[in-house]
Amino acid sequence: MSDFTYAMPELILSLYAMAALLVAVYTVKDGLTDALTWATAGLMVALALWIGVGESGTNTAFGGMFTNDAFARFAKVTILVSAAAVLIISRDFMARRGLGRFEYPILVALSVVGMMVMVSAGDLMALYMGLELQSLALYVVASLQRDNAKSTEAGLKYFVLGALSSGLLLYGASLVYGFAGTTLFSGILTTVAHGVPLGLLFGLVFMLSGLAFKVSAVPFHMWTPDVYEGSPTPVTAFFATAPKVAAMALIARLVQDAFGGVTHEWGQILAAFSVASMFLGAVAAIGQTDIKRLMAYSSIAHMGFALMGLASGTAEGVQAMLIYMVIYVTMNVGTFAFIMSMEKDGKPVTDIASLNQFSKREPLKALAMLILLFSLAGVPPMLGFFGKFYVLKAAVDGGMSWLALSGAVASVIGAFYYLRIVFYMYFGAEVEGAESRMVPAQWLALVAVSAIMLLGIINFFGIEPAAIAAAKSLVG
Amino acid sequence: MDYLLSIITYVPAVAAGILALFLRGNDAATARNARWVALFASVFSLVLSLLLLKGFDPGNTGFQFVEDKPWVLGLHYKMGIDGISILFVMLTTFLMPITIAACWNVETRVKDYMIAFLLLETLMLGVFCALDLVLFYVFFEAGLIPMFLIIGIWGGQNRIYAAFKFFLYTFLGSVLMLVAMVAMYWAAGTTDIPTLMTFKFSHDPIAVLGMHVAGGLQTLLFLAFFASFAVKMPMWPVHTWLPDAHVQAPTAGSVVLAAILLKMGGYGFLRFSLPMFPVAADLWTPMVFWLSAIAIVYTSLVALVQTDMKKLVAYSSVAHMGYVTMGIFTVTQQGVDGAIFQMLSHGFISGAMFLCVGVIYDRMHTREIDAYGGLVNRMPLYALVFMFFTMANVGLPGTSGFIGEFLVLMGIFQVDTLVAAVATSGVILSAAYGLWLYRRVAFGPLVKAALAGIQDMTRRERMIFAPLVAMTLLLGVYPAVVTDITGASVGKLITEFRASVPAAQTAADSN
Repeated sequence: MSDFTYAMPELILSLYAMAALLVAVYTVKDGLTDALTWATAGLMVALALWIGVGESGTNTAFGGMFTNDAFARFAKVTILVSAAAVLIISRDFMARRGLGRFEYPILVALSVVGMMVMVSAGDLMALYMGLELQSLALYVVASLQRDNAKSTEAGLKYFVLGALSSGLLLYGASLVYGFAGTTLFSGILTTVAHGVPLGLLFGLVFMLSGLAFKVSAVPFHMWTPDVYEGSPTPVTAFFATAPKVAAMALIARLVQDAFGGVTHEWGQILAAFSVASMFLGAVAAIGQTDIKRLMAYSSIAHMGFALMGLASGTAEGVQAMLIYMVIYVTMNVGTFAFIMSMEKDGKPVTDIASLNQFSKREPLKALAMLILLFSLAGVPPMLGFFGKFYVLKAAVDGGMSWLALSGAVASVIGAFYYLRIVFYMYFGAEVEGAESRMVPAQWLALVAVSAIMLLGIINFFGIEPAAIAAAKSLVG
Repeated sequence: MDYLLSIITYVPAVAAGILALFLRGNDAATARNARWVALFASVFSLVLSLLLLKGFDPGNTGFQFVEDKPWVLGLHYKMGIDGISILFVMLTTFLMPITIAACWNVETRVKDYMIAFLLLETLMLGVFCALDLVLFYVFFEAGLIPMFLIIGIWGGQNRIYAAFKFFLYTFLGSVLMLVAMVAMYWAAGTTDIPTLMTFKFSHDPIAVLGMHVAGGLQTLLFLAFFASFAVKMPMWPVHTWLPDAHVQAPTAGSVVLAAILLKMGGYGFLRFSLPMFPVAADLWTPMVFWLSAIAIVYTSLVALVQTDMKKLVAYSSVAHMGYVTMGIFTVTQQGVDGAIFQMLSHGFISGAMFLCVGVIYDRMHTREIDAYGGLVNRMPLYALVFMFFTMANVGLPGTSGFIGEFLVLMGIFQVDTLVAAVATSGVILSAAYGLWLYRRVAFGPLVKAALAGIQDMTRRERMIFAPLVAMTLLLGVYPAVVTDITGASVGKLITEFRASVPAAQTAADSN
C-alpha cells in the first residue's frame, strides 16, 4: 500500500493515459481530441496542485528506487504545469493545421509520466525507465506531422541520436553498476565515499554525456536546431519546456544523490558543458533567420546557464538551477505562444524578418514580446536577469568565478540576437509582414507571462522558499 | 514622507503605466494627452524632489530618507541619498520636464515616446537613489532598454547601428560589473552599499592565470567596475559609441544621454570605486589621469574637424567628462567638488547645446555646419542663447562651466602638475572648436538660400531655454549652492579614502 501512495500521481496519470487511449480508439478517435486535451491539461494541473500542496516530507518507495522528496515535487509541479500550459496554448494550432490527433495529448501525458519518474529516480533502473518512456513518446510527437518531410526528418533524427545517447547512458550505467555493485543511488554514494575507481569515473562520464544529450548541452546539442525547426511549433514548445526541466533535474539527482561526495569529479565536466553551451548557443544563434532555430540555440545557451548552477555542486547551486529552470520554462511558454500565432495568409511562418514593424500592427503583443526577449537576454529588471544572477552567484560562491565570468560575456553575445528580433519588430523596414492570430489562451499566455516577468521581481511569487526546501532535500 | 524617494522615483513610471494601459488611439488628441500627462508627471516629480532638497540636512554625512525592505535572495530594496547623490536626483527631475517639452513636436508614435522617456526617468532616478548593489544594477542596466528604443525608433538615418552599438557596448561593461558585484556579495556577505563602503576588501596581492596582481581582489573588482563606468562616462578609448548614439538619437534623447546618463559613470566612481576599492583606486590613479588627459586633448582635436554639429557637441562632451574623471581621482576636496560641479554644469550646458542644435535641425533638417551661416541676421534671440551656451561650454567665468573646470584643475595641480598642464591646454582647444563652430553657424552674411525664411525661436523654445540659462548663471556666480550640499559628504569620502590608503601601503611594506 505505502509504496504506491508515494507514486500515486504517476500511477493516476499513466492509468488515465491508457484509459484515454482505449476510449478514443474504440469511439470517435480524433473527435475526442479537444476533450482529451482539456482533460489531460486539467488532470495535470490537478496533480500539480496535489503534489505541491498535499505532499510533504522525504519518502522512498520500492526499495529505494523511487524517491518522493521536496526536490522531486518541485520539479514535478514545474513539469506538470508547463506541460499543461503548452497543451492548452497549442490546441488551436493543432486543430487548424490538421494535426488534431487524439494521440497527441495522450503521448504528452505518457512522456510526462516518464519525466516524473525521472526526477524521482533513486536507482539506475528507474532512471532509465523514466528516461526511455519520456523519450519514446517524444520521438513520436516530433514526427506528428507525418506527411511533412521536415517533421518526419526531425522525428527520425531525434530517434537515431536519442538512441545513441541512450546507448551511452546505458553503457555508463553498466560500468557504474559493475564497479559499485549496486544500481541504487544510495549504494553508489557509499561506494564513492571511499574513493572513485577509474571504471566508475568512466561510467559517470558516459552517463553525463547521455544526459547532456537530453538537455541539449554542447557537444551533444546537434539534434536540437533540426528537431526544433522540423517539429510542429506546439511540439517544439513542449520540447523546450518540460523535458528540459526533467532532464536537468535528473542530472542534479544523479550527481547529488549518487555522486554527492565527489563534487570535484563531475563539477569540471558540468562546467565544461556549461561554458561550451553558453558560447555556442550565443554565437550560433546570431546567424539564424528562423525563429524556431533561434529558440533552439537560445535554449542551448540557457541550459548552459542552468548547468552553471549545478556545476558549483552546492545546495545553493541546485536552488539557483531550479529557479532558473522555472523562469526559463515560463519565458518559453510565453514566447512559443507567440511563435505559434505567427502566420501569413493562413500559413504558419517562422521567418524572423516577417516580423518587420510588427509593433505597428500589434503594439500590445509586440510590447509583451519585447519584455520576454529582454528577459531571455537577461537584462534587468526582468525576471530573466534574476535567474542569471542566481546562477552567477552560485558559481562564484562555489569557487568558479571563471565560469561566472564566461557566462557574463556569453550573455552579452547572446543579447545581440534577442535584440535583433526587437529590431525587426520595432525598427524594421516597412514591408508586408506576418500577422499574429491568437486564440484567447495564447493571448493570455503571452500577456500573463510578460506580466510575470515584470511583476515577479517583487518577490518571485514565493517560489524561492520552495526552491530552497527542494535544494535542501537533495543536497542536505 | 517615509517613502518620498520611492514616490519621486516611481511617479514617472506610474504615469507611463497609465499612458500604456488607458490611453488608446492614434489621433492628434491622444498625442496631445500623452504629452501633457508626461509633462505633468515629470513636473510633479520635480516638485516632490524640491521637498527632498528642503528636508535634506547637508551637515549629515550619512544617508538620508532611507527606505529598507527585505527582498529576494537576501537582497534589500534600499533607497537613500547623501550629499553626492541628491544633486543628481535634482538634476534629473529638473531636466526631464525640459526634455519632454523639447520633444513636443515629435509626431511619430508620440505615446510610446513619452512612455519611454518616463520609464527612463524612473530608472535614472533609481540609479542615484539605490543603496543595494543589485538594485543599483537593475536600474543601471534597465535604462538601456528605453534608450535603445529611443535611438532605434525615433533616431536618424543610421539609427540601427547606433542603437546596437550603444546597447552592446554598455551591456558588456555592465556584465563585468555584475560579476564583480556577485564576487563582492560573496566576499562581504551583503549587498548593502553603506556597509560595503566601510567594508575592507582584501588587497593582498594574488596571482591570476600566473600574473601577479597588485592590490589583489580590490584591483580585480575595481577594474570590473571601471569597465562599466568608463564606458558609461565615456572615457577615451571606449567613447566611440557616444558620437554615434548622439548623432542618431533624436534631440531629446541626446539631451538625456549627455545630461544625465553619462553622469551615472561619474556617480559610480564616487559611490563605488573610491570608497569601496581605495587601494586599487590609488594604484590605478595615474592611468585614469592620463586617460582623462588624452580624452581632453584628443577629443577636443577631433571635435575641431567635425562637420556635423551634433558630433562636435558629442566629442566636446567626452572632453568635458575627462575633467570629471580627472577631478574624481585626485581625491582632493577641490577636485571632487569640482568634478561633481562639472557634471551638474555639463548637464545643463550640454543639454542646452544639443537643444540649440535641435532648434535649427527642426527647421532645416540638417546638422551639417556648412549648411548654416549668418543665422544672427534672421534669429537674433537664438544667436544670443547659442552664444551664451557656447561660452559656458568653453568655460567663461561667470558661467557654471568655468567653476567646474577651474576647481578640477586646481585639484589636479596639487596632485600631478604635468597632467594638469596637459589638461589645461584643453581649455584653449575647447575655446577653439566652440568659437569656430559659433562663427560658422551664426556669424557672417546670410547667403544660403534655404536659410532665407528661417524663423527665430518660438515661445515654447524660449521657455525651454530660460531655466537652463538661469541655472547656468546661478551656478556660475554662486557656486556655493552646490558645494554647500556636497561639501560634507565629499569631505567624508576623502577622509576615509586617505585613511585606508596609507594603512594599506604600510601593511604592504611590512610584508
